[in-house]
Amino acid sequence: MTIDLPTLTIEKAHSSLMNKEFTVRELVDAYRAVISEKNGTINAYLEIFTDLDEQIAHSEEMFTNGTATAMTGIPMAIKDNILINGHIASASSKILANHVAVYDATVIKILREQGAIFLGRTNMDEFAMGSSTQTSAFGVTRNPRDESRVPGGSSGGSAAAVAADMALVALGTETCGSVRQPASFCGLVGLKPTYGALSRSGLIAMGNSLDQPAPFTKTVAESEIIFNLLSKYDSLDAMSVPDENRSPNSELRTPKKIGVPRNFLNQGGIDPRVLENFEMRLEQLKKAGYEIVDLDMPELEYSLAVYYIIMPAEVSTNLSRFDGIRYGFSAQGKDLLDVYMKSRGEGFGKEARRRILLGTYVLSHGYYDAYYNKAVILRDKITRAVAKAFETVDLIATPTTPTPAFKLGEKMNDPVAMYLCDIFSAPANLAGVPSIAIPSGKTEDGLPLSFQFMAPHFREDLLFAVGKEFEHGV
Amino acid sequence: MQLADIKKLALLARIQVPDEELEAVANDMDSILGYIDQIQKVSADTERTIPTLINRVREDEVTTETGEYTEALLSQAPGRDGNFVKVKKIL
Repeated sequence: MTIDLPTLTIEKAHSSLMNKEFTVRELVDAYRAVISEKNGTINAYLEIFTDLDEQIAHSEEMFTNGTATAMTGIPMAIKDNILINGHIASASSKILANHVAVYDATVIKILREQGAIFLGRTNMDEFAMGSSTQTSAFGVTRNPRDESRVPGGSSGGSAAAVAADMALVALGTETCGSVRQPASFCGLVGLKPTYGALSRSGLIAMGNSLDQPAPFTKTVAESEIIFNLLSKYDSLDAMSVPDENRSPNSELRTPKKIGVPRNFLNQGGIDPRVLENFEMRLEQLKKAGYEIVDLDMPELEYSLAVYYIIMPAEVSTNLSRFDGIRYGFSAQGKDLLDVYMKSRGEGFGKEARRRILLGTYVLSHGYYDAYYNKAVILRDKITRAVAKAFETVDLIATPTTPTPAFKLGEKMNDPVAMYLCDIFSAPANLAGVPSIAIPSGKTEDGLPLSFQFMAPHFREDLLFAVGKEFEHGV
Repeated sequence: MQLADIKKLALLARIQVPDEELEAVANDMDSILGYIDQIQKVSADTERTIPTLINRVREDEVTTETGEYTEALLSQAPGRDGNFVKVKKIL
């Protein structure tokens, strides 16, 4: 039979697999056929794994012996910074080009137990640093909705894989919008879970106080399935929240009141098509019975600046482990210092080098108080402002990104213009609250637009409740 | 930022920046610092909230067999001599 991939969801695939309408092998082959046809142009995958036969056999066995679950046999694309035992995990960097993972990330371990299929690893901005997947050492990824445009980033390969039907769902990672922003550009649902909900064990770290694994799906219900499976305490992640501390902040089951931080939206630089679509969707939510109120949150306006101090500080510390000695790319040098300098100078791309230098600067004696220390205090202010807003509203809404997908090559010579892509992403990552990006329509020339909700810590359920209504036109 | 500042940062960060790239890096840094400097206008009059700290260190238990990962890890070292990672002479 022909499988209709564009309309396929986890639930539909599961029911078809259970009813033997198609087998896991037929499903995987359907995706492989699209990959052969499209990946040469899109460059979503850096590698298709060669152990698919074994993975398929394992999944089919689960269907035979009655242990199959919702994720069994579901073909997934995995971002190149998530470790899969025995496979290369390069973070799309020359410095880790041949680095082979020796263990599974916790999220991979859980999915493997469920019999999910890992089709391959996907392209990304080097070390997840970027908003367009153009800083990868292995070429750009194209947006399947318009191949002259970027898919967003940093998880652009995972987004493009799902958008082009080269995978049913995918995993990316978020540090500041790296799943919601590409979901927006590619017309997908992207969920940034509560910090501490999903284990970071086995993720190649970028900003430890911000990183979370995060799923790409076509629908909100699928996002919920993946979140519910992966959200659990893990002793291998020191910031993983114990299960007993995850209870909801209130009895509320259905969100009713949505806050809009008006000053944040009126700061300028936002595409009028984005604003128009946002207002239209707000109006629909109002008609559907939601109460919409304006919020005064001046703290949000400096959240991206705060992020661009905290993240580089963490980056400069994290990436010091790549030294050309124990693993990864190593250059010849006249002495040990020379080996370090050359290995790192040649192994890291331009953006990674830039952020390491910036982090070194904001942490250096003399600038530490003016930058890093102040940013930590302001992050605290932002977190408290978000918590205070949630005393009066159930959700906060903004557009996901200030513009639709831009052209390949754009913004590459202007780092600040690139950073501004994540202006609406930063508050959720800094405050650690969950946030979901949901397709909200298209521009006249067919570019996807996206609407974003934020909820209090561990209230992903509220995001799913409103999201399911929202995606059906409210 | 002066070119000398970039050179100093590069040495601190152990990253070689070719001379011909120094100026471009300095320009990028100026533009990024120009953006993040907006925080200097914001008052940080509040004290940082100190969270309740909980000891989350795991018990130091051996969970693997001796040598289980030795080959997998050492085979990835750029320089190797038996079961040692080879580095340039330090002293």
